[in-house]
Parts: sequence; structure tokens; C-alpha cells
Amino acid sequence: MKITDRINRVDGVEKINGTARYIEDIKFENLHYGRTLRSEISKGRIKCIKYPQLPENLWVIDANDTFINQVAMITTDMPIFADGYVNYKGEPIALIAGKDKNEIIRFMKNIEIEYEEEEGIFDFGSGDNIFSEQEYTKGDLETLEYDKVFEKSYSTGYQEQLYMEKQGLVGDFSDGRLIIYGSMQCPYYIKNALIHSTGLADHDIRVIQSETGGAFGGKEEYPSLLACQVAAASMKIGAPVRLIFDRREDIVFTTKRHPSKTLVKTYLKDHRIVGMEFDFGIDAGPYLGLSDVVLQRGILSLTGCYLIENLRVKGTTYKTNNIFTGAFRGFGAPQTLFALEQHMNQLANHLGYDPLEFRRPYFVKRGDISSTSGIYNEEIKLDEMADRLAEMAGYDKLKEEMGSYRGIGISFIPHGGGFTGDGEAEHIKSVVKLKKDTDKNIHILVSSVEMGQGAKTVLSKIVASVLDIEIDRIIYENPDTLLVPDSGPTVASRTTMVVGGLLYKAALRLKDSMESDVEIEIVENYKQPDYVKWDQENLRGNAYMSYSWSAVLAVVEVDPLTLEITCKDIYAVYDVGMPMDEKTFIGQVHGGIAQGLGYAMLEVMTTKDGLIEHNSFSSYTVPTIVDMPRMHTDWILNPYKEGPYGAKAAGELTLVGVAPAIASAVENAMDIEIKELPVTSENILKELLI
Amino acid sequence: MIVEFKLNGEDVKVETGLAMRLLDVIRNDFDLKGTKEGCAEGECGACIVFLDGMIVNSCMMPMNNVIGKEVVTIEGFSKTERYKEIEKAFMVEGAVQCGFCTPGMVMATEGLLKLGISLTEEDIKVGLSGNICRSTGYEAIYRAVRKLTQEVVLND
Ligand code: FES
Repeated sequence: MKITDRINRVDGVEKINGTARYIEDIKFENLHYGRTLRSEISKGRIKCIKYPQLPENLWVIDANDTFINQVAMITTDMPIFADGYVNYKGEPIALIAGKDKNEIIRFMKNIEIEYEEEEGIFDFGSGDNIFSEQEYTKGDLETLEYDKVFEKSYSTGYQEQLYMEKQGLVGDFSDGRLIIYGSMQCPYYIKNALIHSTGLADHDIRVIQSETGGAFGGKEEYPSLLACQVAAASMKIGAPVRLIFDRREDIVFTTKRHPSKTLVKTYLKDHRIVGMEFDFGIDAGPYLGLSDVVLQRGILSLTGCYLIENLRVKGTTYKTNNIFTGAFRGFGAPQTLFALEQHMNQLANHLGYDPLEFRRPYFVKRGDISSTSGIYNEEIKLDEMADRLAEMAGYDKLKEEMGSYRGIGISFIPHGGGFTGDGEAEHIKSVVKLKKDTDKNIHILVSSVEMGQGAKTVLSKIVASVLDIEIDRIIYENPDTLLVPDSGPTVASRTTMVVGGLLYKAALRLKDSMESDVEIEIVENYKQPDYVKWDQENLRGNAYMSYSWSAVLAVVEVDPLTLEITCKDIYAVYDVGMPMDEKTFIGQVHGGIAQGLGYAMLEVMTTKDGLIEHNSFSSYTVPTIVDMPRMHTDWILNPYKEGPYGAKAAGELTLVGVAPAIASAVENAMDIEIKELPVTSENILKELLI
Repeated sequence: MIVEFKLNGEDVKVETGLAMRLLDVIRNDFDLKGTKEGCAEGECGACIVFLDGMIVNSCMMPMNNVIGKEVVTIEGFSKTERYKEIEKAFMVEGAVQCGFCTPGMVMATEGLLKLGISLTEEDIKVGLSGNICRSTGYEAIYRAVRKLTQEVVLND
């Protein structure tokens, strides 16, 4: 087959007819169920826990049952079970496990916990309670000559991944060996966390992904916590233990997108931007987890598609007693790029320019010096994308048609593929294997998971195309760490570009041996492209090895009476190098637009004393089919030399540009300034009353 | 107590409580795992089955309302000719990603097709608005269903 062939998903049929097996569908002998005993307060010491008489067939698993009571993510600051002290409402204290769910619930009703409560911290950004800070500069702001400063603050709220399949894992310990099954993005993150927490040897731990019903970042680091818990439980009981959240638990107590506050200051001379300053803060909750990495992607994206000569960027994570925040498609960039793009829009309005034409002179080009003083290595076609977008949408005509209560807004977004800087080479060190068996079928052996995004289809297609064989000769099972090498986590839009790139090389090496009758295994190790130079200490160099780009235009209408917002159209042009499979790519585009639209105007999530108030599908409203705008999408071809068949990152990019475009469109419709996400009728009213 | 009903064409009996959810009975007592629990409050449509030919959220359906009735789950429906057309349209349009909403979406689609009348864009969208999909952005699903409604109506 060829990479340009139109194909159907390789995992479609079993999902459509309902035979695909998710963790809740899999049977285990002698299965015990776990339920989490959670803190009822936000901060304080646990004075004592009074358990009722424990029936013979129930178990309490807590900090005492762990070898090391830490969840190793990037940091190890989060305990598996709170040990005498709690830091947020809902923090796990123990797991109650048994074979009868009703008995567990009855038992849990009679548990009494006495606390010595302390005052929690729920606000962030004041300069207190700093967890971590990162800073970088470019050029010189100190001696800058300018005649005007334009300064605005922006904020964004929580967003919940709301994958349709809730978090769930099973831990099964027997004969000295531990197996974890379940819904996850990163089998090796879980394995490494278990090596740390259980004290078991590497070869006694095995992690097997089951069909995963959506993840969006929500199953990146969080399942490591659950794995440590079910491991401890199974090791204590000696039977498989299953922990599957109910929906309220899943919404309220798992990681969210970080709420953020961004101050943007632009220095102008003769109506031109000569320098910018950013101060970005996020609420990490009580444990750092991945937050410092999210912060980094956020601040490294902060100048977006624009060449800014003089720059000061500061990012801060704040420690609070709110819910623990973490990975979600976009990973810090949706927050910073909302701030940047709103700012650019408001600046254009302020100076009296068209928002599209205002941006153009600042578009980065190949050879330009990036915000982190690296050199843009690849061809960048932002002007071409802007032209295409304007043509598709009929920009000039559309602009004239807009009037009161109808508006258009645009955004231009970069997204760096793979880990930041030299992360792929220094930390991830991806390995892939290709095996040709004696029947001449090809096995893809990687730790990248299929979670809906189409990894199985795209990676199989790349290998089949290089080998020029039919795709049904490719076998790509859900990863099992016993069988697959560590190709890194399924995150950061890296699967097609990085893992696919390695498989492409492995397939090229295998190609000449396809006729042989013996089994052949090819191993391919990641090698960093020569041009990537990165100084992690000072955040200097090529922040990403390549960038994907989007140009988005939104058309909205606002109801004059109710101020209800309707997004009528989204026009979007993408540069993802070469899309590997058009249908899969467009699926990512549409899904990303839906989540971006939710983030922009529907998904309101607030807390009270650290507890999420929007805790169900009826109160946390994600887009349904009737909320979707008409989507007009296109892409330009711009092959990336290091990517397989020229592919770059695609998955996250598609979400990021939607919210700023919609927010700008609302500004345009209502002649107000939007500085907060999500944009709701209430927010519009507030602005109108100012 | 013993509840008798018809499940995917067969007469069945099950020892259960009248307040038990149909969803749990089909998943646990009959081991039919294609019907999914998404939200457990009747908002997401992942658990849709047919009850006497009408689509219902099985998470909201107590067994009391199932006595003597006919239930069809995705396992039963996937044996039909009509299912094959839906599967094909979903495959060709790319209407499935993570798949967790998909069996419910298929049942909701059949709910629309069964009407046997030509449907407007709005009819289709309203008809599918009880099914949440967090992956696809709905466009491919909409296209698949539109195509099906056109073909089915033409054929019938
Ligand atoms: S395909 Fe994942 S929720 Fe619909």
C-alpha cells in the first residue's frame, strides 16, 4: 500500500459492534473491588480514623501497605495514600477492597475520621505559595526605547478531559509477580512508578493496556497513582483488585487543565511592537506532579507565531489546596496562547489595524531567532496559511457583513512536536521494535497506545507503506511492557512524528529481508536531529525540534436578549507537515475543534473551598452535536525532513487555536474586551456593564 | 425476585431486584459488555438499548419497567442487516475514534433510521443530541447518519 491511500481505521469494527474490551468489560477470577476513602477537608492533620469492626472479607489498604508511599511521576511529592495529613478535599486516604460492592459501601458509611483542620489556600497568583519558577529573556528590555506600553491581564479556568471511559485499572499480584491492566496513555510511566512504590524488581512488573476510551492527557500521569494503589491492595490481599471510578469521582478528583493568569505587556514604538513581557501563573494544586513541565510548554509557546526581538518571560506554578492539575491536550499552551492571541487582537483594535494584517509583519520565518534564541530550522508558511484562510472564509466580505451581535475572530498558533528541547534524547530515549514472523506478518512493538487518536491506524500505515505490503499483514496489539520496548509515553503529539519516524527507519532496514523465511527483529533507537541545541538550565536553544501551525477563524452570533453565544462557523488551515492518514487527521481536527469550543464557551468549572462544583454530565456541559459549528478545514503541505513521510505533530494543535478565535469573535460581535475563558453570557454582561 | 423478559430475541429469566438498573443486568447477569456506562445519569447515551423498539438509556431503566418487555442490545442488533449498513457508513466516514460512545451512537442511529422518513439536518442533530462523543467532534458521525438516512429512506 501507499501512504496516500484512503483506508479505514484498523480498530474500527470491534468498537462499532461493541466487542472491543475496555477494562470494565474484562473478567478476572476472584476479583476484588476497591473504593477510595477520601479526605473531607482541604487541609489538615488526620487525628484518627475510626474503622468499624472489619469483616473477614474486607480489607483496608493505606500508607502502611506501601513500600514507598510516593507516586513517581516527574517529581515524587504526591503520596499514594495521605499519611496523617491531607492537602485537598478528596485526597485518597485508603482503599477499601472486597468482593461485595454493597458491603464496601456499607462499611465506608460507618468510618469516622477526626481532623485538625487548617486554613486552606484556594487563590493563586499573588506571589505567595510559589512551587516553582522559570524565566527566560531575549534581547534587552532594560534599554529598550519605546513610546507606549499596552498592558492586559487574562485568565482561564479549569477544563475536564471528560474522556467517555472513566479511569480504571486492575492490579493482579500472584507468585511474586504484579500485572497491571487498564486504561492508560503511558504503560512505562506506570511501570516506573511501580518499581519505585512496590520495591518489586523490574522483571516482576508487567503493565498491559486495555482498550482505552479516550484520554486527552487525563490518563497520562494520573493512572500512575491508581496503579500504585491497586498494586498495594493486590499485594496485600493476594487477589486481583479493580479500581474504576464513578463519574463524579472522576470529574471531581482527577487532574484538570490548570487555571491560569497571564499578564501581557507590550512595548510599542511608532505603532510597532518592540518588546513584550509576560508573567504566567498556574494553579498546580497541592502536588507539583507534571505542573512544572506544563508551565514550561506554556511559557515556551508565549510568543506564538511572532518574531519578538526583546522579551522577558516569567512562569510560576502555585501551590494551593485545590484539586491536583495536570496533563490535558495542549499542555499549558491553550492558556498562554489564549492570552497572547487576545492580546494581539486587542492591540490591533487599539491601534486601529485589521487583526489579520496586524499580525503578518511579525510572522516568524525559517532562520529567525525564536523566543528561546534557537533558530527556526524548517520552512514556515504562515503567510500562505493566512492567505488560504482569508480566501476560504471570504475574509474581506465576511468582515463587512459583521455587525452588532455577529462577529469574527482569528488566531494563529504554533505547536511544538514531541518533548521540549532535548527531552526526547535526554529523558525519553525512545526505542521501537519491528518483528517479521515466519508467516511474514509484521509486528509493531511499541509502547504507544491507541486511545482513539488513531495511533494503530497511522503507525500501521507508515510501516505497511514503507514495506509496500497490505495493512492487514501488520499486527499491532495493545502494549504489554513484557513484550514491547519503551518508546516513550503517548503524549506531546509525539506518536506519529517521533515513534512513527523510528518505525519508518526500522521498516526501511527490514525491507530488504522481507523475502527471508526466518524471524527477524529490528530495533531502532532515537537519535536527536543534529540541528537541535538545547540548554535546559537557561531555557535556551531549540525549544522544539519542529513546529506545526494552525490558522483559525471563528464566526459567532450572540443573542441580543439572552446573550447566548452560538459559534456558526470555524474555518481552519493547518500545517502538520504531511498528514499520514487524511481521515484520521480530520478526525483529530474535528475533535480538537469540539474540545476547543467547549473550552471557549461551554465548559464552566468552578470550585468552592477547593471542591469542584460541576461534578456531573448535567452540570459540566461539553459540546453535543447541536453545539457544533460548520467546520471548513484545509491544510497545506510542508514536509518535515525528520518526520516519517514528512509528518509533524497534529493531535494537540487542533484544540489550541479555537478558544482565542471564538473569544475574539465575541469581542468583535459585542464591541467589548474578553479577558477570561470560558466566555459566557454572564461574562459578556459583566463587560457590557463596565 | 425473578424477572422475565426477552433479550436479543430469547426469553430470559433473571433473579434481581426491581430497582436494579437494566444496564447492570445486561452487563453483569448476561455478560453483554457492548453496552457502556458513561455518566450513569441518562445524559451521555453510551448505554442506549432498545426497549420494545424504543431507544432508552439503560442506566436509568429499573428492572421493574422491563418485566415482560423486549430488550435489544448492541450484541443483538449487530446481527442484523441494518447494522451492517451502519457499520459500513461509520467506517467509511471515520465516525469512530476511542469507541466508547460508539455502540450507543449506533443504537441512536438506528433509532432515527427506524422512523423511515426523510430527515433534515436538524432532525438528525436533535436525534443524536442525547449522545455525547468527546473524541470525534461529531462531524463524521453526522455524515455517516445523513448518508444512511438518505439511503435507507430511498431503499424503503
Ligand atoms: S469515539 Fe470516543 S467518545 Fe466517541
